[in-house]
Amino acid sequence: MTTARTGAQIDSQKGRSVHQNEEGALPEDVAALIGVVQYEEAGEFPVERGYIWTSASSVENGNPLFWDDDVAAELTDGPIAMPTMLSLWFRPHHWAPGRTKQALPLQIHFDLKARFDLPEAVMSDNTMIFHDPVRPGDRLRTRQILRSVSAPKTTKLGTGRFWVIDVEVLNQDDVLVGVESYTGFGYRRASGGEG
Amino acid sequence: MDVLLAGEVQVGDELPPLVYDVTATTIVLGALAARDWRPMHHDHDFAVNRNGTKDIFLNTPNQAAWFERFVTDWTGPKGRLGRMTFRMKGSVFPGDTMTIAGTVTAVDTDDTGCTWATVLVRLTVAGDLKTDCTARVALPTDPTDNPWTRRADQWRP
Repeated sequence: MTTARTGAQIDSQKGRSVHQNEEGALPEDVAALIGVVQYEEAGEFPVERGYIWTSASSVENGNPLFWDDDVAAELTDGPIAMPTMLSLWFRPHHWAPGRTKQALPLQIHFDLKARFDLPEAVMSDNTMIFHDPVRPGDRLRTRQILRSVSAPKTTKLGTGRFWVIDVEVLNQDDVLVGVESYTGFGYRRASGGEG
Repeated sequence: MDVLLAGEVQVGDELPPLVYDVTATTIVLGALAARDWRPMHHDHDFAVNRNGTKDIFLNTPNQAAWFERFVTDWTGPKGRLGRMTFRMKGSVFPGDTMTIAGTVTAVDTDDTGCTWATVLVRLTVAGDLKTDCTARVALPTDPTDNPWTRRADQWRP
């Protein structure tokens, strides 16, 4: 497995003192991460047709793009993966030899929870955007980009912040094949309890 | 092949509903197809006694795949998905009969000449909304048009 990491880590110690003193403004160290590429990671294996057929089969999807090579050649210049399989190519094997640590899929989300000392979090929204088709044999990689962090907000869950994280997926030619955009809300319950 | 053209679609159109009886196999097959090894999608005991749910339940990536199938069953293979936004409201369990329904909420053409249909998709079980999804799908404007040929700045999903 090839793993590369770029970008800055969030400094939780530095951040804590800033957080205690500010009400609405974004701390400088967090603001500096907006738009920065972080946590670039390559998939563990190339895109392969077996998974495409298994996925199409699992939902009884008879779209000839995935089953008929003549149709795929005519419409998509050859076989492609179901667009909604975008994140599948980055889910690690259940076991791999010598693996001792596994990266979290949305590391920035966990960084922000730690940075703002928010023990709870939910994902409120998930958008998938599909660009160039993914094809058998592609070697894909992802990178995470923090897009925004809100001022402190109070909802029925508690008080915290909303943030938007994009996970971009590129192929071996550096062509964008998709983006998964997540809106998270990290919060502390009003009672102060942790779960 | 059956191909839906943009001119055949209007706001308010209802997509043919998809009704499916969900079994444990549906859920396990969907989770493993998506490489989602988490036990709440295949281990009844874990789901009930650790997660506190009534049974194993359909995972999000597989729901996305169901929605893709639902939309492209309607459009035919020239329909090209541009984006999908999900809002999860509840879980789908073995024994549920899920109904996926959709309504066209917008039809528009962008600056490149690509025509898009926006569809509000709803997954319900016994009338209860479990997930809704807004899907944007590109449709051919005429029999010679093929949204799949669009690349780079000619594709604005």
